[in-house]
Amino acid sequence: MTETKTSENRPSETRSGVIGRPIDRIDGPLKVTGGAIYAYENALDGTAYGYILGAAVAKGRIAEIDTAEAERAPAVLLVMTHRNAPAQPDFGPAVTPTVPEVFIRARPALNSERVRYYDEPVALVVAETFEAARAAAGLIKVRYDEEPGLYDLPGHMADAYVPKRTNAGFETDSVIGDFEGAFAAAPVKIDATYRTPFEHHNPMEPHATLAAWSGDELTIHTSAQTLANFRAGVASTLRIPPERVRIVSPFIGGGFGSKLIAHADTILAALAAQVLQRPVKIALTRQQMFANAGHRAEMIQQVRLGADTDGRLTGIAHDVWSATSSFEEYCEQTAVFARSLYAAPNRVTRHRLVPLDINRGEWMRSPGEAPGMLAFECAMDELAERLGLDPIELRIRNEPAQDPERGVPFSTRNLVACLEEGARRFGWERRNPTPGRVREGRKLIGYGMAAAIRPNYIGAATARVAIDRDARVTARLDMTDIGTGSYTILTQIAAESLGLPISSIKVELGDSRFPRTAGSGGSWGAASAGSALHNACNALKELILEAAQASEASPLRGANATEASFADSEVKVGQRSASLADLIRRIAPAGFEAEGSVAAGATTQSYKDYSQHSYGAHFAEVAVDCDTGEIRMRRMLAVIGAGRILNAKTARSQIIGGMTWGIGAALMEQTVLDPRYGHFVNHDLAEYHVPINGDVPEMDVVFLEEHDDKANPLGAKGLGELGVCGAGAAIANAIYNATGVRVREFPITLDKVLPALPVIAI
Amino acid sequence: MQSFTYERAASAEQAAAAVAARPDAKFISGGTNLLDLMKLEIERPAHLVDISRLPLDRIEETADGGLRVGAQVRNSDLAADPRVRSRYPMLTQALLAGASGQIRNKASTSGNLLQRTRCPYFYDRNMPCNKREPGSGCAALQGFNRMHAVLGASEACIAVHPSDMAVAMSGLDARIETILPGGDTRAIPIGDFHRLPDAMPHVETVLGHGEMIAAVILPPPPPGRQVYRKVRDRASYAFALVSVAAIVEKSGDRIRSARIAMGGVAAKPWRATEAERTLAGAAASDGAFTDAAEAALAGAVGHGGNDFKIPLAKRTMRHTLAAAVESA
Repeated sequence: MTETKTSENRPSETRSGVIGRPIDRIDGPLKVTGGAIYAYENALDGTAYGYILGAAVAKGRIAEIDTAEAERAPAVLLVMTHRNAPAQPDFGPAVTPTVPEVFIRARPALNSERVRYYDEPVALVVAETFEAARAAAGLIKVRYDEEPGLYDLPGHMADAYVPKRTNAGFETDSVIGDFEGAFAAAPVKIDATYRTPFEHHNPMEPHATLAAWSGDELTIHTSAQTLANFRAGVASTLRIPPERVRIVSPFIGGGFGSKLIAHADTILAALAAQVLQRPVKIALTRQQMFANAGHRAEMIQQVRLGADTDGRLTGIAHDVWSATSSFEEYCEQTAVFARSLYAAPNRVTRHRLVPLDINRGEWMRSPGEAPGMLAFECAMDELAERLGLDPIELRIRNEPAQDPERGVPFSTRNLVACLEEGARRFGWERRNPTPGRVREGRKLIGYGMAAAIRPNYIGAATARVAIDRDARVTARLDMTDIGTGSYTILTQIAAESLGLPISSIKVELGDSRFPRTAGSGGSWGAASAGSALHNACNALKELILEAAQASEASPLRGANATEASFADSEVKVGQRSASLADLIRRIAPAGFEAEGSVAAGATTQSYKDYSQHSYGAHFAEVAVDCDTGEIRMRRMLAVIGAGRILNAKTARSQIIGGMTWGIGAALMEQTVLDPRYGHFVNHDLAEYHVPINGDVPEMDVVFLEEHDDKANPLGAKGLGELGVCGAGAAIANAIYNATGVRVREFPITLDKVLPALPVIAI
Repeated sequence: MQSFTYERAASAEQAAAAVAARPDAKFISGGTNLLDLMKLEIERPAHLVDISRLPLDRIEETADGGLRVGAQVRNSDLAADPRVRSRYPMLTQALLAGASGQIRNKASTSGNLLQRTRCPYFYDRNMPCNKREPGSGCAALQGFNRMHAVLGASEACIAVHPSDMAVAMSGLDARIETILPGGDTRAIPIGDFHRLPDAMPHVETVLGHGEMIAAVILPPPPPGRQVYRKVRDRASYAFALVSVAAIVEKSGDRIRSARIAMGGVAAKPWRATEAERTLAGAAASDGAFTDAAEAALAGAVGHGGNDFKIPLAKRTMRHTLAAAVESA
């Protein structure tokens, strides 16, 4: 499927070369042999199985619920509804006072007769088997007093309101200079409105939980990206201290942001296990995930660009109207990237929300940039054409010297290098700037490109690292590996820091008993957990050296530690060296243990002093069938500047995964909200299309040599989501180049292209 | 999923009798569609008669030079059969354009013919659907109907039949051989096998309860080049927006005969007889293909979301006919 010229994918070289090396996933053998146990696969004696019944209406109240037949059904242990569910706190206000509270607020289930969205849980059946529970759920009779609801974003734009903040705590609006004046005066301008649809994460592993109580201690085996959030969210919903909740999630079959908070499977499993005094297992079905596990909201985006005739931007405006939930706000930071991407003296970015009677949107891979760049980077392509300028040249002419809105320098920024290197490798000079002119047989061929930007976040994290008498190292932190390669890069970081082979390092993740991290999300996992572990290893080395100097049993007693190094399983101090294992055996047979931490990026001086982002350039070639309008990818290239690359293989996998998301967003992903019923119509994987292997072309990924010493001790920046940012826009621009048809409503399905395709003689 | 009882049939006759004996019984073979529908309680059989192991899994030559395809031949095996590949290439193309490798390995020939629509409102028990619950209405008519029918639909139902295989078989004039509960057999031309919805969309075929498909008879391959073209939203594992199966027989520069069937446009494989008449005797030209496509879609009616299928089907047919003629 995908081929990479590996010789061209050299990461930044490091001293020992362990960090950066494209080693295979540490957890790979476990995963391909079935040895990695996922949440729903955990087995405990006496486990009962739950099945959730969802509401058949999108708004109203439960007038009557008859569970008698379900309760009498074979093997049924419990039917829980709002009438008999354990007491929980009310849901609370639509907007929490602070950003962190979004993640840890109580999320009660079966707490009210109100129905707030279609398929919201109205009952839980627990039985001896899954099938018995599901069959009994079908016997529950519910009568609803249905109320009219709002389910149509474009139809209710008049209801739009101004949120107090966006996701991740950004300002809702930014205004610099006089955009309207500059736009009115601009000799060349673009005013284009784009629509992006509801989308769903659809990780391969559904949301699933096995909950078990032991006395007043609750253990939850689940599929979670951020254990601390789950722990706090469960504790506040159950009104118990967080210390009594243990979250275990060592392996996760994908999350993409849909597993940052606990959902109904977790809350209801914990409640039912409490009532029954038995372990209870619940998974959302694939269909239930569409309403109950988050989505990316539908948006309407207006992008206005004003430029002088040389292609220098005089004004940038990015206005976003997004659907949100009537009962809990989520404002994706869709226009925030535009505050840092290009230079222009006059600028406006604004976010507005239209409340609908649907469940809340959640963080979906590259929140903000994914939909925002889909629109904005197409508008840049439209402007380039209007100017008669190459789209790469347009971007280079608007490269800012410093962050255009914050007025601080960039830590590192290699956008222009990414664009130029990409153009060279992709053969951009072969692109015909006049659209619709290149035909091979009955295929119209087009090239497109787009820039990529994604902020570098650091979440607070702590790691604990221990070394035993055989110099075997165990690192523990509540970080997760959602398929990204956390186990592997953390192993590499510890191995390099301590000068030990990979085989001596054991990394244990996914248990809330381990030191707290920010988990996996926002592309911050590698840099945050990695920096904490790096610092923990440094602390460990200091402990070892202090003891080595002081201990009478030490072969290095009295040596000068300022020249110490750990390499090749040895400790070297000045001219003296000793095997690490031998040293520890002599000076501390019980081994050593140390902790290291990093603070949240937003609190650090470096974050205030520098604009920190990862950058990239995406290139795409498409073929459009001139008879049917079918659009198929031919090849894609991403050139990435994201600081130091920790593992060239897992990093590449992250980027090609993101590029594949770009294909989905550009060509096929869309969940249809039926404005009559308020339900997501195509709520399964047969009707909600994600790219399959045949849709994914040859992909090439190139990492530029980069080390960002402002970002963190490792010099690495987040890249997990960078592969998505702009990838879809590059495809949309390639479709325009191939056909001359500019589609501003995503996804670009063949029906939107076909009417404008000329009938070509046979 | 509701509880059910299960038996494995020992013979075709016994299977038909076993289902006929209980109104709530159903045949099961590959289960690639029925089990999904049972999990969602759209199908709620109380008794299943497993026919997957019956000795109906052979592909045999018929005396007149055709093939008799056993009902239990798996889609993968049918697609890979050298006789099918050389004599009915359009059938192989259609089969391989359908579903995924895993599903084709399980799905049977008869089950493919009997698979039910993928209309999302049919799949959601909270939604009105005359096919699932006669008299409840059709949510697709005014709803999300991008995948729906433009030919032969009714006010009661605009669902499409999702099969690719059946479209090719329609173009090949296949006959469907069945065993009736009493042991008698009959052969049904494929064009008569599926019913259009009219007022009773829940009745999808002419089969009686307990009547079991034993085989599909493929007549000797007609002269002319065969092409199956499926248009879909992604490269694989997607149902047809439209598909065209075409066999065009040429004589010099003229078309002697053509057979055309369409998928993704109706509740059954849609034989485009008007288009075939238009082509017979016509010069093999772009104009003739265009005329044929216009004739095929003359009675087509869109419902909003699927309006694009009408021009799409025309363009696809025009090009598919040209492709069939190219080396005919």
